[in-house]
Amino acid sequence: MHDVPLGGDLPAGDDWIAAGEGVLPTSEALAWAVRPGCGAVVTFCGTVRDHAEGRHGVTHLDYEAYLEQVGPRLDAVARAARERWPDLGRVALLHRLGRLTVGEVSVVVVVSAPHRGEAFDAARFCIDAVKESVPIWKRETWAEGSDWGLCAHDVRDVDGALPGADEAGSGRGGGTGVPTADGGPAPVSAPVEPV
Amino acid sequence: MRVARLRLFGPIAELAGTRGDQVPGATVAQVVAAACERYGDAFARLASHCGVWVNGEGAGPATPLDEDDEVALLPPVSGG
Repeated sequence: MHDVPLGGDLPAGDDWIAAGEGVLPTSEALAWAVRPGCGAVVTFCGTVRDHAEGRHGVTHLDYEAYLEQVGPRLDAVARAARERWPDLGRVALLHRLGRLTVGEVSVVVVVSAPHRGEAFDAARFCIDAVKESVPIWKRETWAEGSDWGLCAHDVRDVDGALPGADEAGSGRGGGTGVPTADGGPAPVSAPVEPV
Repeated sequence: MRVARLRLFGPIAELAGTRGDQVPGATVAQVVAAACERYGDAFARLASHCGVWVNGEGAGPATPLDEDDEVALLPPVSGG
């Protein structure tokens, strides 16, 4: 886990994994991902939107994280992408934390590959996997109130990238097993689907 | 009785009024039950929808705990 370098050293390897409160180095990541053997670089930026479902006039988001586990889970996403697309060049997965206002970049995925097809596919896989497997939560503040983001996913492991629960457990990625009156949704244990 | 380090995040931390606590229990289920008793019905309702990790790895209700294990309750995530 690294705090986001702000003009600091670039990563030594081919994965750039970072999360922190600084402005994300989007253009630096794009330039870093260019490789002689890669003819395609896809960059995805998630930006703070001024509305959410039933929430108009969103002014800012506050992101919080299980910080010690963000690095390992982002690493797992990069590893899973490389298992699916072994020819990938570089992979940057950067997530901003703390308070962000409308228009600011909250997440950056940059993937380079020899050809555009795998670059697009891998970038799509990475952003979907980041949203489903990395322990980060957003609180939305809008014109009439403030509450946790409604568009949330039960946290799950990236397929094949992490050790599962111990043998005595009742499965990976499951819920707490405490029953509720309404039954609640079934615990999600399915891996992230390959693209 | 063994004591786990409970970690709470996002909405479930808000319901508990804390991001961390010491909770007794020999299994995940016991720790979660003790936390639900301590923090009340709203906490318990959300806890039932949370993933649970022990020392950063996915776990289930029957997962046994050692002294000082870190048990994290993870509400549905909303990064990105």
